[in-house]
Amino acid sequence: MTKNPQLKSIVVRLAGDSGDGIQLMGSQFAVSTALSGSDFATFPDYPAEIRAPAGTTFGVSAYQINLGDDPITTPGDSPDVLVAFNPAALKVSLPMLHPGTLIIVNNDGFSARNLTKAGYDANPLDDDSLSEYTVVAADIGRLNLESVAEFGLSKSDGGQCKNFWALGLLFWMFDRSLDSAIGWLDRRLKNAPAMRDANVAALRAGHAYGETSELSAVEKVRVGEAQLEPGRYRSITGSEAMALGIAAAGELADRQVLFCSYPITPSSPLLHRLAKLGEHGVGTFQAEDEIAAVGAAIGASYGGMIGATSSSGPGIALKTEALGLAVSAELPLLVVNWQRGGPSTGLPTKTEQSDLYQAIYGRNGDTPIPVLAAASAGDCFDTAIEATRIALRHMTPVILLADGYLSNAAEPWRIPDLSDYAPIESHPVEASDSSDPQRLAFARDASSLGRAWVTPGMPDLVHRIGGLEKDLSSGHISYDPDNHQAMTDLRRKKLESVANFIPDQAMEFGDDKGDIVLVGWGSTRGPLYQAARRTGTSFIHIRYLNPLPKNLGELLSGFRSVVVAEMNDGQLSTVLRDKLGIQPTPLTKVTGQPFLISELVKAIEQERSKL
Amino acid sequence: MSSQLTAKDFASSQEIRWCPGCGDYAILKSMTKALADVGARPDNTAFVSGIGCAARFPYYVNTYGFHTIHGRAPAIATGLKLANPELDVWVVTGDGDALSIGGNHLIHTLRRNVGLKILLFNNEVYGLTKGQYSPTSRLGTRTPSSPDGSFDVPISAGQLALGCGGRFFARAIDTDKTGLAHVLEQAHAFDGSALTEIYQNCIVYNKDVYASFTDRKTAHDTQLHLRHGEPMLFGKDSERGIAFDNERYVLKIVDASTASDPILIHDETNEVIARLLIALDKPVALGVIYRNPAVAYETAFHAHHPSNMQRRRSVADVIAGPNSWQVE
Ligand code: SF4
Repeated sequence: MTKNPQLKSIVVRLAGDSGDGIQLMGSQFAVSTALSGSDFATFPDYPAEIRAPAGTTFGVSAYQINLGDDPITTPGDSPDVLVAFNPAALKVSLPMLHPGTLIIVNNDGFSARNLTKAGYDANPLDDDSLSEYTVVAADIGRLNLESVAEFGLSKSDGGQCKNFWALGLLFWMFDRSLDSAIGWLDRRLKNAPAMRDANVAALRAGHAYGETSELSAVEKVRVGEAQLEPGRYRSITGSEAMALGIAAAGELADRQVLFCSYPITPSSPLLHRLAKLGEHGVGTFQAEDEIAAVGAAIGASYGGMIGATSSSGPGIALKTEALGLAVSAELPLLVVNWQRGGPSTGLPTKTEQSDLYQAIYGRNGDTPIPVLAAASAGDCFDTAIEATRIALRHMTPVILLADGYLSNAAEPWRIPDLSDYAPIESHPVEASDSSDPQRLAFARDASSLGRAWVTPGMPDLVHRIGGLEKDLSSGHISYDPDNHQAMTDLRRKKLESVANFIPDQAMEFGDDKGDIVLVGWGSTRGPLYQAARRTGTSFIHIRYLNPLPKNLGELLSGFRSVVVAEMNDGQLSTVLRDKLGIQPTPLTKVTGQPFLISELVKAIEQERSKL
Repeated sequence: MSSQLTAKDFASSQEIRWCPGCGDYAILKSMTKALADVGARPDNTAFVSGIGCAARFPYYVNTYGFHTIHGRAPAIATGLKLANPELDVWVVTGDGDALSIGGNHLIHTLRRNVGLKILLFNNEVYGLTKGQYSPTSRLGTRTPSSPDGSFDVPISAGQLALGCGGRFFARAIDTDKTGLAHVLEQAHAFDGSALTEIYQNCIVYNKDVYASFTDRKTAHDTQLHLRHGEPMLFGKDSERGIAFDNERYVLKIVDASTASDPILIHDETNEVIARLLIALDKPVALGVIYRNPAVAYETAFHAHHPSNMQRRRSVADVIAGPNSWQVE
């Protein structure tokens, strides 16, 4: 890479111990990338343990970012620059590298002890095992400590600044201003001036090191500005966009939001972010368990607020009985599932599109629930609004599928104008001749089959709701056999009616007829889009998974082969077989790692060769 | 709604489906009367229940009602109370619903002190599922699922409530109109979680399990009716009382006229004595055993919220974040 400093795009990977501050360093680099005008996509990849044993390969925390002037939609297949803080970080990253990758290592991290822990018999910096790469070994640990010596910090506090030292070096390489990182330190360490000053000093020292030392192997990298649509942009992660989207949904509906949640990886960042949006009419309730979280959210909806809850697959499993109650009682509810590797506890910090079956089929009884999926970090904003809109219109819980990758990954996001969004409406109680409030509470809108949102405290509308079957017209408890059939039909039709309100499925890329169409959903949009573009393959990405858009079947029938790519064992393939009666070809990956463009391209070419 | 309502105004038109003679009828009657007496308004009152015989209660009162799922009523009612703190929210539950499948929610509702009036109908048996032993069944209870007698040690609702920081615990007997009316009114007035255990007679699966102290003929000797600030006396002529045994740190029964130890004056805020009263089995302590107010959760929730759950700013004000840039 050093021979070609003006690049279309470049992939940088930072790797170290989970205590090295890699994620922070990565997110600060992403912010400065955003401000420099490049397009980018990030992939934070960290272990399940908060501080896994230092120096081990399973304790490696990494942050990968792909930046460039071309539309960037994935964090990149193979790093062009690797910053490795210790031997373990080098070891786990090596298989991803290509000849010529620039490796910057922290020399001080390569102690005999750390080499042993990483399983190295000999120091790879001393033999020729890295000969196909360009290696720069800097004494980051020592140089950092020297740069912060004057602040009188303990050795361990001082040592913590080394991520900012390394960030300074990267800023030099990429010709970045230090302002965004210093601004962040000013805000974050307002109450710890010594730490703030030390980090700033480390940042400057790393930058100066690039400037003054003999880094002949490294040339400054210039990446052009991306051709983004005009507008105002910011960098955003999925959890940030989801939180803003939920708050915006409340605003569009003119209702307060009560978000009830129990901590679980990787869902908790949403709770943290919403907890700061109080002034936007959002309350957060940290419940005693997953069931209480969904229960309180249902109670809030019963009380007239927008009840929302969030979890990951195992937690959603616990909430399942209550989702059935919300379907039966016909209360609106937003349920966000940040999917992760399963089954059981599975891979808590790794990403997987694990829960499509659970979302669509996973309940007792015939209990249809609309399901949507967010396609990118920024898309979490729009999807949260859409999901809430459906919940209030049809008076139903709605499941929104996101995943661990979306929660943490950052991308540039064109800031939307809230006034472009239609208000979110629910159904008022209709004036009627009936004097039975029970009947009024279950009077339905003809097109959406959503009932009126009647809440305790409203005068003269005292009625009862619950999980027992109720009479189709009066809303009173009913054990009548024909009525149960009629109510089951009604719940199915209500779900089907959602399809009348959602947009037709559009092509994401390519012609609407041809040999092969690549089909995806959720967070894999980025790599699928790139693979489709590179292979000239038509591409469809589905946001509305239950019900499916009405034209989807017809659209897919324009292709000889439907290749469904997803990070699970073929769940959308099953759903398409079930709902549309087609025979898709599954293209699956369940490793806890996002799709690489290269492997998708290969699979598509293979499929093409078979036709 | 300005005119005084009567018990009849709180009775719903639904056909009641409890077994004839079930203690629930008496509780329902006292409840509707209490609602009228405390000046409750149907529009502003909600009953939330879980699953079990007791959980049918919301259908039979003319107020808002939500019949939810097994054990979860306190959680759902918490959300409702947070959404609208002005509501009177009652939770009706049973020994299985509250102390077994929903135990966790009861614990956390009580320690948070959410303003819910929780009525625990304790009949020491699972009624709706046809008579299995419950978490409050006494040792040796013979049921279809414990044919040789149960050997699970029963749980005490009162000890649990105090153990997890509950601020109000009262007890009453289903058919004791006066005692029940009193605790219902006190529970209603309490600003926080008020747990009331009601000894309820399941005439089908656990008939007369409380007969040893509910029998009216011997009630003088078997029941201790507590009133804050009054001496703990019982017996036909209040001839006996409760004193503190300074040597064994327990309560003891003494002759009121001759006792050397002073008769205890009921102090609802005394948690130590409350625990001893809960454990007393002869006589059984009834009335408000423990009441020690603290800030209600919904009050704290709204007070800690930066804008009292109001929308003071638009998302548009913050959507750009700390760093944004213009692309021309
Ligand atoms: S089973 Fe027992 S508790 Fe249930 S309704 Fe019948 S008598 Fe009452």
